[in-house]
Amino acid sequence: MSIASVRPGLPLARVNPVAKVAATVPLSIVLILTLDIVSATVAIVCEIVLFTLVGLGGLLWSPRTLPVWIAAPLTGISMVLYGAPSGATLWDFGVIHVTEGSVQIGVATTVRVIAIALPAVVLFLTIDPTDLADGLAQTLKLPSRFVLGALAALRLVGSAVDDWRILNLARRARGVGDSGVIRRSLGQAFSLLVLAIRRGGTLATAMEARGFGADVDRTYARAAHFGWTEWTIIGVGCLVAAASATVAILVGSWNVIWS
Amino acid sequence: MAGAEARSAPAAVSAREWGWRHAGRRAPAVHGLDLDIGPGERVLLLGASGAGKSTLLHGIAGVLGGEEDGESLGRLLVDGRPPSAARGRSGLVLQDPDAQVVMARVGDDVAFGLENLGVPRGEIWPRVAQALASVGLDLPIEHSTAELSGGQRQRLALAGVLAMRPGLILLDEPTANLDPEGVRDVRDAVARVAEETGATLIVIEHRVSVWLPIVDRVIAIDAGGGLLADGPPGEVLAARRSELRAGGVWLPDDVPWRASAPPTATSALLTGAALSVGRVAGEPVREGIELEVDSGRILAVTGPNGVGKSTLALTMSGLLKPLGGRLAASDALASGLRDEPWRWRSRELLARIGTVFQSPEHQFLTGSVRAELEVGPRALKLSEQSRRARVDELLDVLRLAHLAAANPFTLSGGEKRRLSVATAIATRPRLLVLDEPTFGQDATTWRELAKLLVGLRDDGVGIVAVTHDDAFVEAIADRRLVLGREVTASAARAGRTDA
Repeated sequence: MSIASVRPGLPLARVNPVAKVAATVPLSIVLILTLDIVSATVAIVCEIVLFTLVGLGGLLWSPRTLPVWIAAPLTGISMVLYGAPSGATLWDFGVIHVTEGSVQIGVATTVRVIAIALPAVVLFLTIDPTDLADGLAQTLKLPSRFVLGALAALRLVGSAVDDWRILNLARRARGVGDSGVIRRSLGQAFSLLVLAIRRGGTLATAMEARGFGADVDRTYARAAHFGWTEWTIIGVGCLVAAASATVAILVGSWNVIWS
Repeated sequence: MAGAEARSAPAAVSAREWGWRHAGRRAPAVHGLDLDIGPGERVLLLGASGAGKSTLLHGIAGVLGGEEDGESLGRLLVDGRPPSAARGRSGLVLQDPDAQVVMARVGDDVAFGLENLGVPRGEIWPRVAQALASVGLDLPIEHSTAELSGGQRQRLALAGVLAMRPGLILLDEPTANLDPEGVRDVRDAVARVAEETGATLIVIEHRVSVWLPIVDRVIAIDAGGGLLADGPPGEVLAARRSELRAGGVWLPDDVPWRASAPPTATSALLTGAALSVGRVAGEPVREGIELEVDSGRILAVTGPNGVGKSTLALTMSGLLKPLGGRLAASDALASGLRDEPWRWRSRELLARIGTVFQSPEHQFLTGSVRAELEVGPRALKLSEQSRRARVDELLDVLRLAHLAAANPFTLSGGEKRRLSVATAIATRPRLLVLDEPTFGQDATTWRELAKLLVGLRDDGVGIVAVTHDDAFVEAIADRRLVLGREVTASAARAGRTDA
């Protein structure tokens, strides 16, 4: 069990992860600024068209994006039930006031969450953790100790999954596996923590033994390139942001949250 | 930093009255050590468990840490410099192959050390390819490190160190977790590299015979401080035989202890027919297993790394559900329950089947040795008095009494192993299943464990031991079940070589 490496196969997988993250920023800013249905809907349409064009359509509709489709309506519903009331009241029940205004806010929130989370999830699924570390260290010049430490920690997540399974069996073997799920999980979580700390310590020693943290200018075996593909992707991200803002302003639905 | 040429010259080590005390411990792990190892020497480092062999090796590698980690006594130099300043001169391979994989892909992992040394990119990849070739790891550089077997991982760790072209290769029980084939592969890879580069080599290993052909000097550390013996292998092993044996060293062609004939009375406890085992439903790692476990007999389950031995052990323990075929407990074992052990409740397993996991740490639940031993008896709702009696007896028999209040995680490897066996037998199960009970143990612990298991066998307990240990199979086991190399369809599909 490990964090899968995804580099082979997927479109955009070889693009510098820093560019993929950067490309989602302008749209996120636009959609945080305004609370309206039009801008987010335009963004979603653009996203679906673009991802399908570059060949990520399969990933877009795969179960791996399901959390987005589930979480977005849930946030929307809470806004419908508890959002600031305005306009005609549709339904009243205790602290719940469903009004025309709150329904509008709820729908706007739902599409906004989808528009922001969908590209983030799809693009992130094409990112290999090693490539991300290379990008963070070489393109953004973040300290290598920090970046590689985080990368190594990520690899330990895989061992933690295996440890959890074995701990589960071990508790059954020791005669304490019959107690309730919650109680058992708490004790098991503590054991997992102890094991994780010990593994982390050994890994740190192994890394040090191979010169990690030595007083030398570190080189990188893999070059994190940043060329026209990367700039194009960031450009496309800006265009989507601009398009959704422009359409919203033109149809008059642009609605900056503090106004 | 010196260039690549200077790095590959063999290194010298010298210690004067050297010692190390881990933070929070009263007694030093090592002290009073005087030794000189010349460039290009190949040294086998021996000593009893707890004599401080690993501490010395970590010290030479410069990874013991700073003042908050412990206190250094005397002087230890590599090429006349403190080891931490000479990092990159030495390469250390640790015992646990899992714990030292840093990167997700084989090539990146080997390149990791070179990056840290500041080797230019153009030079890195040829050196990676060369290192992988010299350890005989014939895999694409994009291959996932998660899919390697134990033996492959250990060779990967070795390649990662060799690519750095260290003047000093340090190996801490590099073959303890490997099957006999893997042991020879890794040993031969080391020999080849030492030959090619002329690097100084220091290796720790309990089992002398593996490394004897390629070393030219044996150094034994005395647990009481200083050295026990130092000299050419033949001379040291002949002259200091009894001291070395007393110190837990595993001498060539020596089996620490042999079992007597098993009791005549025996009956079947567990029968498997066309059994398929696996950890994930629908993905058996092994199919068509036929087996019988009897009371008063020790059954050894052997086979190379990755054939599903551990998975079979967990299934026989009633911890995993069989994926196919049948595994039936006899009335003598089930005593009133249905004949399928995986259906039993956790508490019902206790007096029937005891399990000792491969890694003792996975099964520790409490903060002290005594509490650990009480877990089972407490779950069986034994009276305070009989609980105490059982625990005291076990503490005594397994020489753990002086550690009753210690935290299980702070014990030495041999002590942890003894404790994990003790916890499993505290509830007097009729069947005991052990995964690699003797791996990485010195001859003393090996003998104690063997005597304990044979004692249980003579009391009529049925014992199953998954093992790579030829000595155990030959001197202790009554029967043997060999799982061969042929791979099931689903294991081949998943591309896994390790179980």
